[in-house]
Amino acid sequence: MADQSEAAVLAVEHLSVAFGDKGHESVVVDDVSFAIGSAEVVALVGESGSGKSMTAMSVLGITPFGSRVRGRIVVGGLDTVAATEQQRRMIRGRVVSMIFQDPVAALDPVYSIGFQMAEAVRRSSPDLDRAAVRARCLDLLESVEIPEPERRLKQYPHELSGGQCQRVMIAIALAADPDLLIADEPTTALDVTVQAEVLDVLRKLRRDRTTSILLITHDMGVVADLADRVVVMRNGKVEEEGTATEIFGAPSADYTRQLLDAVPRLGRRGQADPGPEADTPVLIMEDLVVEYGHRIGHKFRAVDEVSFSVGRGEILGLVGESGSGKTTIGKAIAGLAPITSGVVTVDGVSLADTSGARRRAARSKIGIVFQNPLLSLNPRYTVHRTIAEPLRLVAGVPAAEVDDRVTQLLSDVGLGEAWRFRYPHELSGGQRQRAAIARALALDPTLLIADEPTSALDVSVQARVLDTFRELQSRLGFACLFISHDLAVVDELCDRVVVLHNGRVAEIGDRHQILFTPQDPYTRRLIDAVPVPDPAEQARRRESVAAARA
Amino acid sequence: MNKAAIVVGRRLGELIIVFLGVTLLIYLMVFALPGDPIKALGGDRPLTDSVVHALRAKYHLDEPFFEQYLRYLWGLLHGDFGVDFNDESVASQMASRWPVTITLALTAWVIEMIFGVGLGVISALRRGSFADQAILIFTIVIGGIPVFVIGVASQLVFSVRLHWFPVAGIVYGWPKSYILPAVVIAIFGLAAVSRLTRTSMIETLGSDHIRAVRARGLPPARIVGVHAMRSSLIPTATYLATDLGYLMGGTVIIEGIFNIPGVGNLLFQAIRTHEGPTVVGVSTALILIFLVTSVLVDLLHAALDPRVRRR
Repeated sequence: MADQSEAAVLAVEHLSVAFGDKGHESVVVDDVSFAIGSAEVVALVGESGSGKSMTAMSVLGITPFGSRVRGRIVVGGLDTVAATEQQRRMIRGRVVSMIFQDPVAALDPVYSIGFQMAEAVRRSSPDLDRAAVRARCLDLLESVEIPEPERRLKQYPHELSGGQCQRVMIAIALAADPDLLIADEPTTALDVTVQAEVLDVLRKLRRDRTTSILLITHDMGVVADLADRVVVMRNGKVEEEGTATEIFGAPSADYTRQLLDAVPRLGRRGQADPGPEADTPVLIMEDLVVEYGHRIGHKFRAVDEVSFSVGRGEILGLVGESGSGKTTIGKAIAGLAPITSGVVTVDGVSLADTSGARRRAARSKIGIVFQNPLLSLNPRYTVHRTIAEPLRLVAGVPAAEVDDRVTQLLSDVGLGEAWRFRYPHELSGGQRQRAAIARALALDPTLLIADEPTSALDVSVQARVLDTFRELQSRLGFACLFISHDLAVVDELCDRVVVLHNGRVAEIGDRHQILFTPQDPYTRRLIDAVPVPDPAEQARRRESVAAARA
Repeated sequence: MNKAAIVVGRRLGELIIVFLGVTLLIYLMVFALPGDPIKALGGDRPLTDSVVHALRAKYHLDEPFFEQYLRYLWGLLHGDFGVDFNDESVASQMASRWPVTITLALTAWVIEMIFGVGLGVISALRRGSFADQAILIFTIVIGGIPVFVIGVASQLVFSVRLHWFPVAGIVYGWPKSYILPAVVIAIFGLAAVSRLTRTSMIETLGSDHIRAVRARGLPPARIVGVHAMRSSLIPTATYLATDLGYLMGGTVIIEGIFNIPGVGNLLFQAIRTHEGPTVVGVSTALILIFLVTSVLVDLLHAALDPRVRRR
């Protein structure tokens, strides 16, 4: 360990981070030690609250106001814990750079890309003149393979896609040719195909510039794709450390094993269980078109002539990347987006051309679960009130029976009676989503629309919520439109799959057929881009994709 | 390009509708409501019918209301604000007073901006500290005192006792005659500006892009002055620009206390003496200023925030 830290680019020794007053302080990072060698990629893995991001922020000394950091972090010959703010500034952006989870938000919205890049370039080489700064900016943009670099300099962050913003962030991070790049969930906010491209950029970086990377992520596929070594964290402590092959192949800590088991994988379910017999469809959609836009100016067609149906007891997966129109379809069925043309019928009632009262009646048979329960639950309602409200107002359940029904629903979704009178902010992410599912099921829907219901959850929580969901669906037999970007989750849950691309249906069919023998080139690209949580397998896949591209 | 033209065209259309609506309303309130301005001219002694008729005809008050209004609008289009009951041109009366009001309002506005934003930034950077608390209490307390109390008290202290400034009037010109009334006006908006700046500054300082520039090792002065400042000034700038329109017409009390011959004073006297044409003229000019500042707010927004420009 001693010699390793001699040569190390980063050495973290007995790091602790705590908040609050002495005596009753909460420790979020607890005695963490690890090191990163030259041109090495180390992944810091863990679920929310594991302290992985706080560890990364400690390296640069940018932990939030009120935190207390102890221990030693040696980087660029400086102990950043003991150093003054002035000394730390010399390290930031020069020896160590950082990129963030949400690249669009991490760029200053009111300054152009050129301005922000020039700022970083001038800091590392103050003597450059205007033209030289510009040339260096273009160089950097080219090194992250961004198309039309000259145009980008004049653009603002909101004019670029998420993937392009992350490339710009990486370019800025490289301005001073740092020894270490800290990448905090660098691809979490991106689509899988874009994620694959950004991971390629990071891999190239390590190869061409011998930059070391500290990768913070919760995504085991990304870890398998990029990392040499893995540090598994839980509740602020290091659970296990080892090479990627060791961690994925023979994890020694129980927690690591649980974590890996919880990760949904394409193909784990196999080809069995063909799904329910074709039944009377609950939802029929024919040539649905949704257009947004003002009377003046051109209209934007978010959904373009989409047709499919969902049968009773069936789970239909609606997959696609951002902008594919998958959420808009869900909204259109729920009456939250305009139906420009086409037919949508739920339980035989057409939503487009019936009277308001009939439409409302039909919609009371539709339950919805949104992606972020913290935003979709009323923060001023208790769990009980949230679930009881539709029962009283829409179903007209007598007051005496409401309590029993809520109790029933809570036990259905696996949320204990103890949580009944809690507010959303007092619940964990998984519990909140269980409450949201209970609310969606309160009116006994014939159709449930679940829009990325587990995307905001940690994998272990996701696994348990999905179990509950599957069990409820087979017992209650509602039809379900399951909207997701995660192909592995769709594989584990759905009977049939619709693949959307730019508002149109790319492919539709049986789950196994779509995911394992896709006919459409876009579907194939989508499936190839998903990194699998297995380093050897992932390397093979990457090579075959690269070969196919060449 | 075409889209931009449509947006600008729509905005202008809105302006014209607002302008017509508000001038009509003011005209209606001054001339069509009960109370005869001509009869009031005579004070306690009633005018003879023939005099009343002659005056009515002269000021076109015998015509149907809409005809009067349209005639007035037509005059406005030619820059003619009409004449008051003493045959003095309303435009020329305003001409001598606008420079005074504009000087006073701008001085007050600049003071409000510098101190409001400054105190807000200090509060945000040292949030929760003694300085933050002190600024909060100070701005709220002095903002809560009625403006005439502060006006008279400041005259007493700084002019009568300390002789730093003249007590009233504008004979000493700018800045000596204007500073004290301007400060009194500025105090009014100080609490709002500093609170607004503080809140949005704190929000910006906690945002991802500020964390990112910190991680990039930029000096603190640049992080606050360049990156945090511009994003967080957007709401403050909106408030300040709207406030400028308000200051142009809302200084009546201060102009009264400090005996400053500005537009506010003119309006106040005109209302007291039932000078309808003057009231309408001044009000119309104030509306124009309000409309112009509202356009300025939009332009300012676009200048500060590229995301607005696209729309």
